[in-house]
Amino acid sequence: MSFHAHDVTWTAQGRPIVDGITVDITPGGLTGLLGPNGSGKSTFLRLLAGLLRPQGGAVLLDGHDLGRLPRRDVARRLAVVAQEVSTDVELTVLDVVLLGRVPHRRRLATAAGEEDLTRARRALRRCGLAGLEHRRWSTLSGGERQRVNIARALAQEPSELLLDEPTNHLDIAHQLSLLDLLAATPVTVVTALHDLNLASQYCDRLLLLHEGRLIAAGPPGLVLTEETVERVYGVRAEITTSAAGRPSLRFLSSALTRH
Amino acid sequence: MTERQRTALAIAGGLLLLVLSIAAASVVGAAGLSPADVLRTVAAHAGLPVAPLSPLDDGIVWELRLPRVLLAVLVGGGLSVCGAVLQALTRNPLADPYLLGISSGASTGAVAVLVLGLGAGAVALSAGAFGGGVLAFCCVLAMIGRAFGSTIRVVLAGVVVSQLFSALTSITVIWAADAQSTRGVTFWLLGSLASASWASVALCAVVATAGILVCWPASPALDAFAFGREVAASLGITPARTELVLFTVTALATAVLVAASGAIGFVGLIVPHAVRALTGGRHHVLLPACALYGGVFLLAADTVARTAFAPREIPVGVLTALIGVPAFALVIRRRKEAPA
Repeated sequence: MSFHAHDVTWTAQGRPIVDGITVDITPGGLTGLLGPNGSGKSTFLRLLAGLLRPQGGAVLLDGHDLGRLPRRDVARRLAVVAQEVSTDVELTVLDVVLLGRVPHRRRLATAAGEEDLTRARRALRRCGLAGLEHRRWSTLSGGERQRVNIARALAQEPSELLLDEPTNHLDIAHQLSLLDLLAATPVTVVTALHDLNLASQYCDRLLLLHEGRLIAAGPPGLVLTEETVERVYGVRAEITTSAAGRPSLRFLSSALTRH
Repeated sequence: MTERQRTALAIAGGLLLLVLSIAAASVVGAAGLSPADVLRTVAAHAGLPVAPLSPLDDGIVWELRLPRVLLAVLVGGGLSVCGAVLQALTRNPLADPYLLGISSGASTGAVAVLVLGLGAGAVALSAGAFGGGVLAFCCVLAMIGRAFGSTIRVVLAGVVVSQLFSALTSITVIWAADAQSTRGVTFWLLGSLASASWASVALCAVVATAGILVCWPASPALDAFAFGREVAASLGITPARTELVLFTVTALATAVLVAASGAIGFVGLIVPHAVRALTGGRHHVLLPACALYGGVFLLAADTVARTAFAPREIPVGVLTALIGVPAFALVIRRRKEAPA
């Protein structure tokens, strides 16, 4: 199993959003995608997910160009949790999670089978949503919706899972339990994150983007240094190393407010 | 009651209701026929050894009432399924063949064929209606681009295109038709099942069946569209292909139905919303339920339209508009417009 981006480029209105990124995603690991607002994290995730076709370079899944693989085959391997998704359709939580079984169903099967139900319910339990099965989507809080989306992606039973800031809308307890879940799965996870300390604490590997380019890649201790944080975020930070050997950041000042 | 039992009940209830409505609607009317008379006529035409009714009563049942009843069921069911599919694809609760201008374009196409003497058979009319329907839908697409989710843009484009095509229809009618046929065309334009014939029933039956056979297996894809094209794509659906196939099928089905019955509005809007409240939003249940309850709804409406003011009858499209506009208002009020 390999997942690899080779010189991937995406331009919008003549401006490079993702600019020649080459990276190997560690199989089975938890990879954190970091970078300030507008650094190209979401676009890069979409490219990795095959939702955008790179204008240059290629994303390779087991050596195959993602853009040439049939969508359904890709969806059986690779699940995506986008940042904001919403619907006006009246669906129950179980209905939404069962969407994750769509790529696994036989082509003409219009309804979910027992097997699909079992797997969907397992995904709900893993996200701590077991009691919410019959709730309507429209009655859920932002955090519950986020967790239902993650359960939907888990029900897809992917080998690669891509998430765009999944900790948005979650309180700290739910953020930690989500990151525990992501760190524990044997699935290859790539997730965009904003909180550098959480990223440092949980991720096996970090990718730091700045203006569409990959600035640093590697274990948290190598990527999160006082120098790179200041350069990319314009923020001075004091970095200490925890007992577990992971960097811990205390922010001192922001260049955005310092004139 | 489990989900599955509720689904089974909704479908079985719909079937039972449909059979009962067909029986009731075949009997209701000025001629004072009994259910036994209707059954006898059907049996006689099926070649069974029963004594037929008098030629007059036989004609009423076999040539007028039965085709009209069956056409109402097919048109109501077909428009409702089209509405449900369009609502899912556009992620817009106000989508329906009538609001999107397809019905209006189809009317123009059918009237052009009729009035300009290009042909008068059910197939020629349907072909004209299909051309007009597709043209109108393309006009709507050109105006909204891919902004399907924007209720305001879709509805405005639909209204404007409907106006354009009804203007074209009026020009065609005034330019080419005499007073007598103008009256007939006008009545048909308002949506009426009065001209039902076995030929139009057969054509609509074929198209409605084919439409269901294409749309129903696409239920998982329609479900996946609930969260937008990108989520659908990440679930292994090819959004562009699904949209192309299903938009074409719904435009074709709408056109054939409109060619047979005129532009009957709001059926495709109200029925899917009402049925969703009963069965939930999953399309593998929603679509067959829409076919059943849509048939029941239009049959009931048409029966009222032809008997309430007897011997005069009102076009059924007028009646569905009277019911549909308050329902439309309700949907608008309930929809929370997403912040831009």
